[in-house]
Amino acid sequence: MLSLKRTTLIRHAQLYCRGALLVLFACTAILRAQDTFKTETSSGVSNIRIAVADFKPASADPQVSSFKRTFDTTLYADLANAGIFDIVSKSLLPQSTPGAPAEMNVQQWAAAPTSAAMVAFGSFGVQANKIVCNGFLFDAKNLQYPQVLAKQYTEDASEDSARQIAHRFADEIIFRLSGGSQGIAETKIYYVKIGGADKEIWEMDYDGANQHPITHLGSVSLSPRISPDNTRLAFSSLGRDGFQIRMYSLLLGRTVNFPSVGGTNLSPAWSPNGKDIAYSSSRSGDPEIWISDANGSLARRVTSFRGPDVSPVFNPRTGSQIAWISGRTGLPQLYIMDTDGSAIQRMTDGGYATSPSWSPNGQFLAFAWDRKYGPGAPGGQDIYVMEIATKRWIQLTHDGGRCDFPSWSPDGRHIVYANSADGKDSHMKVWTMLADGTQKHALTGAGADMPNWSWK
Amino acid sequence: MNGMQARIRKTLVMAATLVAIGAVTGCHKKSSGVNPNALGPAPAAPSPAPTATITADPLAIDLGQSVVLNWRTQDATVVTIDGIGTVNSNGTQTVSPSNSTNFHLTAKGDGGTTEANVRVTVRVPVAPTAPAPTDTDMGSEAAFHQNVQDVFFDYDSYDLRPDATASTTKAATYLTAHPSIKVVIGGYCDDRGSAEYNLALGENRANAARTALVSAGISASRLRVISYGKEKQFCTEQDESCWQQNRRAQFSLDR
Repeated sequence: MLSLKRTTLIRHAQLYCRGALLVLFACTAILRAQDTFKTETSSGVSNIRIAVADFKPASADPQVSSFKRTFDTTLYADLANAGIFDIVSKSLLPQSTPGAPAEMNVQQWAAAPTSAAMVAFGSFGVQANKIVCNGFLFDAKNLQYPQVLAKQYTEDASEDSARQIAHRFADEIIFRLSGGSQGIAETKIYYVKIGGADKEIWEMDYDGANQHPITHLGSVSLSPRISPDNTRLAFSSLGRDGFQIRMYSLLLGRTVNFPSVGGTNLSPAWSPNGKDIAYSSSRSGDPEIWISDANGSLARRVTSFRGPDVSPVFNPRTGSQIAWISGRTGLPQLYIMDTDGSAIQRMTDGGYATSPSWSPNGQFLAFAWDRKYGPGAPGGQDIYVMEIATKRWIQLTHDGGRCDFPSWSPDGRHIVYANSADGKDSHMKVWTMLADGTQKHALTGAGADMPNWSWK
Repeated sequence: MNGMQARIRKTLVMAATLVAIGAVTGCHKKSSGVNPNALGPAPAAPSPAPTATITADPLAIDLGQSVVLNWRTQDATVVTIDGIGTVNSNGTQTVSPSNSTNFHLTAKGDGGTTEANVRVTVRVPVAPTAPAPTDTDMGSEAAFHQNVQDVFFDYDSYDLRPDATASTTKAATYLTAHPSIKVVIGGYCDDRGSAEYNLALGENRANAARTALVSAGISASRLRVISYGKEKQFCTEQDESCWQQNRRAQFSLDR
C-alpha cells in the first residue's frame, strides 16, 4: 500500500499483511505533521506497474469470444479502478498470448516497453456450457519463482458469470498486492432510479454494470441503505401518511415488515453490527434522530433540539458514534455525537452541509457542502472529506455542477456520489472517484441518485 | 315490672269497654240480611259465562328462544288461540314466535264468550347504524382554497412570516365555522439543497402551520401533516418566484 518496493514485493507479501497496522499507525503520525491530510489513495507512493494480458481462448465454443471479451474488459477495468496499479497500456504488451505458466516468458514482459512488475494472464474457455477459466499472476522480476497466484474458476456460461469471475480474480490480485486490503470488485451499489414521477431502488455492480431494479412500489422511494451482511435493504418510501421506513429482504426478494409510526421517517442507517438502525423520525412532532433495532422495535430518541435532524450515519469502525445533519442553528451543519446523544460536536463552520458518509476506518467523513450557500453566492455544492480528529477538510469535486450523497467503498479508497451538471434532480448521475478526487467517471446515465456502496 | 303489668291491665279494660259500646249500638246492615237472589242467577238460569286466563313465561325473549303459554278456562266449550287454533280448555304449549306477538285466547261457552290476552315481546337484534353526522358540510373546494390559503416561507426557514400568520388566522376562522373539515398540511421545499434535509425541513414547515392552527383553536385531530420535501415540485422553473411558490405549507381537504 505505501512503502512497497516492486522487486521485494512477493517475498514480503506476508510481512506486509502483518505490517499493515504499523503502516496505518505511521500514516496517522505523518498526517499530524502535514499541513493538509491525505486520504489513503494519495499517499504519494508510486503504484505497482501491472500488465494484464488478454486471456487465451481455450476452446472452440462459439460463445467463448464474446464472454472472453467481457472478461478481459472487466478484469482490466477492475485493476485500473483499484487505484493502486499503474496499468500497462494494451498497445505496449508483447504479441504473445500465454495461457498457462509453461507458455509464459516473464523476461519478455519485464523488458521495455512493457516494463511490467506484475503480469496477469490465463486461459478462458467454455466446456459443456460451463466457463472454465485459469488465472495466473506472475512476478515479472522474479525469474526463479515467478508465480504469485494461480486460480481456477468454473461457472455456468453466461455474460454475468464472465464478469463475476473477472471481479473475483481481480479481488484476489488486489488482496495480494495491496498489503491485505480487500478488493471491491465484487461489491454492489444501491441507488435511486428516477422514472417519471416515481423513484425506485436499483442495484448495480460497483463498475456500473448489471443495473437492475430491486423495488417495484410505484411510489417515491429514497435513501437506500444496504445492511452490513448484504441481506437487507432499508429505505424510505412515500405512502398515504408520508414517508415511512421500509425494509426489503434481498434473500426473500420482497419487502418485509417494518412498523409504520407517525410523522415523516427518513434516511435509515445501519450500525456496523447490523443490529440497529438510526433514522430521522418526526413522530414526536419535530424531526429528530431515533435508533431502533433492525426490526423497528425498541425505538429511542437520541437528539432533542428544535429544527431538522436528518441523515445519520454510524461510525463503521466502532459503532459508538453517529454523524448527522442538523438545522438547529439555521442552515444544515454536520455534527457528530455518541450513540446515546452525548458528546455533540459541530464539525462544519458554516454553509450548507448535508449527506455524511463515514469512512470504513473511522477517520474521515465525506459529505456534500455548499460553503457559500445563498442566492447568487459563488461556488456550488461539492463533495468534501473531513478528517474528524482535526476537522481539516479537502474538496474533492470542483465546478462540476451540484454534487451530493457521497458513499465510501468498503476499502475506503473510493467514493461514489451523485452529480448533476445543471443542478436539476432529473439529470443526476451516479459517479465514482478515488477518495483523493482523481479518476472520476460516471457509472450511470441521467436519472440515478443517492448511491450507497455495500459493506463488502 | 309492676308498672308494666298495671299498664297492660289498663289497656285490657279500655278494650273491653269499647266492645261493650259496640254491642250496645249494634250493626244496622246486618240486621237487614242478604238476599241470595241478588248475588247470582237462579239455579235454573243458563250456565255461567266462561272464565279464561292465559299467561306466558317468560314475557320477553330474544329471537330464537321459546316461551311457554299456559291457559286456564272454565265453563267453556270451545277454546281457541289465534294463530294456534282450537286447544284444550286447559293446557300449555311451547311457542317460538319470530316477532312480538299478542296471544289472543277466546273461550266460548254456553254462557257467552270471554277473551284473554298475553303479549310476548321478542327482542330482534338490529345491526348498529352509524350515528348520523351532525354536520357533513365540508364546504366547496373553491371556498376552502379561498379561505384556507397556502403559507409561504423564507429561504431555508420554517418560521411563519407575518403574512403567513395572517393567513393562518383567516384559515382558522373558516375551519372553526366548518367543523367537519379535516385538513392535510403538506410541507414543500424548493428544488435546491439536499433531498433528505429538505424532507425534514418540509416536515418543520408543515408543523409550523399546524401549530399555528392548533393554537388558534383547531383540534389537532383534524390536521394531518405530510412532508413532501422537494419530491413533488409545484413549479419547475429556476427562478426566485418559482422557488418561492415551492417553499410552502399547502392545505388540502382530507377526505
